[in-house]
Amino acid sequence: MSLSPVDGVVLAELEHSGEPPVPPPGKRIVGRSPGQLALGRLRRDRTAMVTGVVLLVFFAVALAAPLIERLYGVSPRTQFQDQLDGFGLPLGYAGGVSGDHWFGLEPNLGRDIFIRMVYGLRTSLFVALAAALITTVLGVVAGILAGYLGGWVDAVIGWITDFALALPFFIFALAVVPTVTLRFYGPRDAEPPAFRVVVVIVVFAIFGWTATARLVRGQVVSLREREFVEAARASGVSLPHMLFRQLLPNVWAPILVSFSLAVPSYVTGEAALSFLGIGIVEPTPDFGAMIFRSIQYLQADPAYVFFPGITIFALVLAFNLFGDALRDALDPRSARS
Amino acid sequence: MIRFLVRRLLLAVLTLFAVSVLSFLMFFALPKDPVTGMCPKNCNAERLERVRQELGLRDPLPTQYAGYMKGIFVGRDLGSAQGGRCDAPCLGYSYVNSEPVTDTLARVLPVTLSIVLPAAVLWLALGVGLGMLSALRRGTLLDRMAIGFSLTGASLQLYFVGAVLLIVFVYQLKILPVPRYTSIFENPLKWAGGLVLAWVALAFLFSAIYARLSRAQMLETLSEDFVRTARAKGLPRREVYGRHALRAAITPIVTIAGLDVGSALGGTVITETTFGIQGLGRTAVDAVRGGDLPTIMATVLISAVFIVVANLVVDLLYAFIDPRVRLG
Repeated sequence: MSLSPVDGVVLAELEHSGEPPVPPPGKRIVGRSPGQLALGRLRRDRTAMVTGVVLLVFFAVALAAPLIERLYGVSPRTQFQDQLDGFGLPLGYAGGVSGDHWFGLEPNLGRDIFIRMVYGLRTSLFVALAAALITTVLGVVAGILAGYLGGWVDAVIGWITDFALALPFFIFALAVVPTVTLRFYGPRDAEPPAFRVVVVIVVFAIFGWTATARLVRGQVVSLREREFVEAARASGVSLPHMLFRQLLPNVWAPILVSFSLAVPSYVTGEAALSFLGIGIVEPTPDFGAMIFRSIQYLQADPAYVFFPGITIFALVLAFNLFGDALRDALDPRSARS
Repeated sequence: MIRFLVRRLLLAVLTLFAVSVLSFLMFFALPKDPVTGMCPKNCNAERLERVRQELGLRDPLPTQYAGYMKGIFVGRDLGSAQGGRCDAPCLGYSYVNSEPVTDTLARVLPVTLSIVLPAAVLWLALGVGLGMLSALRRGTLLDRMAIGFSLTGASLQLYFVGAVLLIVFVYQLKILPVPRYTSIFENPLKWAGGLVLAWVALAFLFSAIYARLSRAQMLETLSEDFVRTARAKGLPRREVYGRHALRAAITPIVTIAGLDVGSALGGTVITETTFGIQGLGRTAVDAVRGGDLPTIMATVLISAVFIVVANLVVDLLYAFIDPRVRLG
């Protein structure tokens, strides 16, 4: 990241190995000696490796969705009405599972569940990553400012954080999304599907940055009185340099962990919003919306709910386990117990 | 202690004031015309104009806000189409439900309370109990099972767990009725039978989080010096764990429990949607769908009140459990 001699002081204190600062080539962990050590620990962790591979598969599927569609030969919008019975329920066993339709068909509309889930994964991961990225950046900037400057800046940011906690998230989101949509498109215009994706990300950004801000603030407050900060201040560095070149490199580890644990929480948050009908709307494929529709068919077609339900569980579990492993790797003191 | 109390109270009032202003602005000032949402299709211009007049949407915003607040604290007179006089906790009149919002809330609040309170008792008992036990029996089979349980629970979704419970117990085994709310005063057995799945689903997911949290807290406390001292001076295990360690370990859990219960009371939207029970959360969803502004506004406010009050209670409890807070 930076060439400052105090980089990674937090981690370096844990690992007095005195290795030369050789950055590991092109890895997610920032290229510093302690980072390399952490990566090594991550490599030795079986849980981390397994969940890492699982996550890579999920990402690959999401990225390659159009390719999979071509190979699979079914589009997410085609309706196979001829394979439904008179009540709109799929013919055949377990919701119409067959060689052509691996996970069966949706009741009523008769669309293929497998290919819709492939595209749903795309929506889900895109929204979650974008939201996690934005909230992390906002939270880091706010937290580092509050922690370093203190005084009224700290007070104001602290109060906003407390205030955001007092807002009932789902009900507020519930109220904001239609209002905003109405503001932009009016009651009769059709809104483009992408618009909802943006609105959902913005809602997460507004509510989500506070947690990161708190975390970073706490870390920065404990660093503020350290000698290297004093030294930098004495040598007259500018504020941005102090914040982002001196302080930020020392709080990378917790930020990375909180980022990796934020992603699954946005995956579930997005699914929950869509489940309530205020997140992603038809025709964009989405897990939450699928589960919401499946609730009406629990009695008639119980297989329907399991495919999206289990997939989202596996995705979130993999993210959570990986995040835990990452925490252990970055901070050996908090060994998973 | 008094100073601490007063400061917390002032902060709570300030927060509630800010929430009310923010939501008021969002619902009454942000939309181009708040009324269009209230009757999207079959409304003629005349009726729209009348509704606008009755809601006082022509007045300047501060006047509207003042009127709304006055309604909450002392009651106010609404137009004859809105049922005339509206007494003290007046949250306006809903055109969609054709009744004062207060009446709607009085009907749905007991439902949400009936879902959340028993579930909270369950999840706290189960989660904290399991967490403490697995911390004391660290490394045993029980501990490993508890860890597995909390990992699974933390990654599961309420709508999925709820759906699976419904499929198994209601549609396949048919041992439980389709979830429905019956007043506890009417028939306690029916009340419990109709809500038990919601309790189990909520308790399962929340207790997973609490088990993990309380295990970590307890482990940390057990490694403290005062625990060793207590053991060394010959206190029985039960005394040390049950009194000394538990008290120290439980403080942070109280904080989180308070917040969780508060926000759950503010609307278990997802639980209610999954099980099809009409509580506060479901009412909020319906109000949003129907563009029923007074009801949306009221649900947001009341959920915020729950959260803020829960926060306050937690702070007080905290001061009670941990004397250092009082002095600081």
